[in-house]
Amino acid sequence: MFFEDSVLMSRLLTFLTLGFHIIFATVGVGIPIMISMAEFIGIKKKDPHYTLLARRWTRGFTITVAVGVVTGTAIGLQLSLLWPSFMQFAGNIISLPLFLEVFAFFFEAIFLGAYLYTWDRFKNPIFHWLLSIPIVIGSTLSAFFITTVNAFMNSPRGFDVEEGKLTAVEPFAAMFNPATPSKVFHVITSSYLTSAAILATIAAFIILIKKGTTYHKKALKMTVTATFIFAIATAVAGDSSAKYLAEYQPDKLAAGEWHFETEKSADLVIFGTLNENNEVENEIRIPGALSFLAHGDFDAEVEGLYETPKDERPPLWIHYMFDLMVSIGFYLVGISMLFLIFWKVKKWNEYNKWLLTGLAVIGPLAMLAIEFGWIYAEVGRQPWIIRGFMTVAEGATTSPYVGLMFLLFLGLYMVLGIGCIVVLRKIFKNNPAELELESRYPNVKESDKE
Amino acid sequence: MSYEYIGITVLWFFLYGYLIVASVDFGAGFFAYYAKLTKKDHIINKLISRYLSPVWEVTNVFFVFFFVGLVGFFPDTAYYLGQSLLIPGSIAIVLLAIRGSFYAFESYGSKDNSVYMFLYGATGLLIPAALATAMTISEGGFIEETANGVHLMIGKLLSSPYSWSVVLLAIVSVLYISSMFLTYYAHRADDGPALEIVRKYALFWSSPTIIASLTTFIALSQHNPEHYQKAIDLWWMFGISVAFFMIGLFLAYQGKYYGWAFIAVMFQFFFAFFGYGASHLPYILQPFVTITSGATNETMGVTLIIAFVAGLFLLIPSLVMLMRMFLFDADYVKGKK
Ligand code: HDD
Ligand code: HEM
Ligand code: HEM
Repeated sequence: MFFEDSVLMSRLLTFLTLGFHIIFATVGVGIPIMISMAEFIGIKKKDPHYTLLARRWTRGFTITVAVGVVTGTAIGLQLSLLWPSFMQFAGNIISLPLFLEVFAFFFEAIFLGAYLYTWDRFKNPIFHWLLSIPIVIGSTLSAFFITTVNAFMNSPRGFDVEEGKLTAVEPFAAMFNPATPSKVFHVITSSYLTSAAILATIAAFIILIKKGTTYHKKALKMTVTATFIFAIATAVAGDSSAKYLAEYQPDKLAAGEWHFETEKSADLVIFGTLNENNEVENEIRIPGALSFLAHGDFDAEVEGLYETPKDERPPLWIHYMFDLMVSIGFYLVGISMLFLIFWKVKKWNEYNKWLLTGLAVIGPLAMLAIEFGWIYAEVGRQPWIIRGFMTVAEGATTSPYVGLMFLLFLGLYMVLGIGCIVVLRKIFKNNPAELELESRYPNVKESDKE
Repeated sequence: MSYEYIGITVLWFFLYGYLIVASVDFGAGFFAYYAKLTKKDHIINKLISRYLSPVWEVTNVFFVFFFVGLVGFFPDTAYYLGQSLLIPGSIAIVLLAIRGSFYAFESYGSKDNSVYMFLYGATGLLIPAALATAMTISEGGFIEETANGVHLMIGKLLSSPYSWSVVLLAIVSVLYISSMFLTYYAHRADDGPALEIVRKYALFWSSPTIIASLTTFIALSQHNPEHYQKAIDLWWMFGISVAFFMIGLFLAYQGKYYGWAFIAVMFQFFFAFFGYGASHLPYILQPFVTITSGATNETMGVTLIIAFVAGLFLLIPSLVMLMRMFLFDADYVKGKK
């Protein structure tokens, strides 16, 4: 039974843990920058609405960080427990960024503790704001370091293998491999984007359901503006990721695009289905667009999947993962731009029901795009765990109990997920923004409370 | 000193750091639960949460640092420990996860939930027990390498007196370290009633600590005579440890200088821990991984050490800042901030 297949179960358990961790990790990377911006605006404009925003976001953030920390600890240990041979090999080459990441965590954890418990300790609020900077730097650096490890798995560099022995290890060459720039850029921008979108979702939702106050409208404007900027950056970064793939991992790009024969002026295939002869049906085709995505030139030649040996091709279903991610990306750019236009054009009402409904879904959608993107990137590397050097099957543990552990962790993540939702609801339900504004800043002008 | 020795020393320092800060945390969980059972929670639980709230994440990073560093400096340990520790390791992860997240859930969300308090107290004892088992395994004799991989002999582990004596030692040490720290903290906070209670805990747990240490020594001499002999050669380390134990106990008993008493406890464990570690060498995981056979290549080793030194420049000032804010800021400790 597949339950006894330790390779398959290791993959599934890794998928489960990473798929769960990445939700909290993404939020952990992106929310600090939103908090920091809100607090800064609040200080500059002397507007307690923004300060309160920062405060309330921070309160929710402490809960998600906690889950991020414990699931991160889980994946850190599981890498050795589930992929012992992989870690034995990779540990020799790529442990530098893993090690540095811990310092980033340290840094972030220390300042987060300080930030959380010192809101009213300083006479000049700017000092409290300054404490947020190391948190932003620390969390973004963690994303940077861990992403370089993943980049290494995709384009391993910085070592030689002679007669089965590792030689000429260069830690920095391994860390700054060809995949690093585009991957880091895309992971960080998409984390910022997703966090802004989640906060926008909350504001839009409250305005939609309860009409909301000035406070919520300010929150919406700020978060949607951020969403727009980060969505553009994410798309640019995604484009550079595709260009990287075209050059270094053409098999992943080809499988993701259902591009089988090498050809010039290749079409971009969007959605569709495959028939039994691997022919594409029911698709949307954009002539020459794949060549443009891959090389920035509508006539360029793009390598097809048939160039890759049959047993080294990734599964073809990742096509849908790619398409869903990109579709969500375009939707996020579009809807946030629409809101900005409605806002700037005086006659139009940016709080109309349709627009708000469209905005109320962007948070979950962005998080889905993160998941789709990772599945595309990781499954697209199959069958390799370290591309060209070690397959997934070679890296896995041989312990027969992985299936059991899968159930254990499934239970754990259910408990954590439910607990997280329950606690977040409790925190905010019992303490709505209007009341908190009243009690903390009793002298805010009446008109502002509308 | 060659890079392998620098590496293991750095890691041992961090594990020692984790031992101290995590013991405070784990033990506090148990005491909080115990106080609730005996209806004294209103006296001490505020004190406990004032200290723990800002620092629990930092405690966790000490642990992450250790295992990430171990895999970095000694990648072979990832293979042997990873293959054999799947089940105990997973259980430890689950316990840590429940403890960490529910700690946050409770302190920012729902207060005084009794299921939560129970979990918090129970995990405080179970986690040290689970982690101590990794130490036991490193003594050798519990892992076998066969044609289809490396396996843990669980039956043998569970029936070994040595294994149980280590578990016992871990638990009582946690309670002792924690109560000594809380005594000091209560004193700083000028919290008379709480001081009264936690000082009693501290005095109570002192003798089990020393008895468990002796038992472990005896069990070690049965389980691994070679290691035992090397430990005896380092008798002075353990002697200093016992001397510090006496000093700490004496000060706490006198009811003065609680800060020095806690520092004495830290030295007590420092010498015992490093004596144990030094006599453990050259093995990291007996008999599969030694400090030289299991080490990473020299380039990586040296790079990691440089990275470590650079990291310290960032870390130490930040830690000092945190401690000044929450540990040595008298107003905060007293609850005025
Ligand atoms: C909010 C999330 C999000 C959005 C809207 C997009 N992406 Fe993405 N994408 C990711 C989130 C993401 C990710 C989760 O961050 C991935 C997974 C692995 C990685 O490096 O980043 C990723 C991977 C990824 C890869 C594979 C990189 C690799 O395997 O090395 C490519 C080619 C793209 N993306 C391209 C795009 C394009 C052209 C987009 C157009 C708008 C786009 N992505 C939107
Ligand atoms: C240190 C960096 C990483 C390592 C060592 C690593 C390792 C692995 C391994 C061994 C697998 C199983 C092989 C497979 O099934 O494809 C895997 C799969 C996966 N990883 Fe990564 N990964 C890393 C980074 C990431 C990150 C940062 C994410 C983001 C969440 C991620 C997401 C996934 C997902 C979703 C899968 C499941 C793919 C599947 O179903 O097969 N990985 N990873
Ligand atoms: C294989 C992949 C990964 C591993 C091994 C890993 C490991 C860890 C560990 C050990 C922690 C806990 C640190 C602590 O104790 O404070 C953690 C938390 C965190 N991780 Fe991951 N991680 C992975 C993927 C990612 C990715 C892809 C990102 C970002 C895009 C990320 C960002 C974070 C952040 C920001 C935290 C801090 C907790 C928070 O703020 O939510 N991690 N991770």
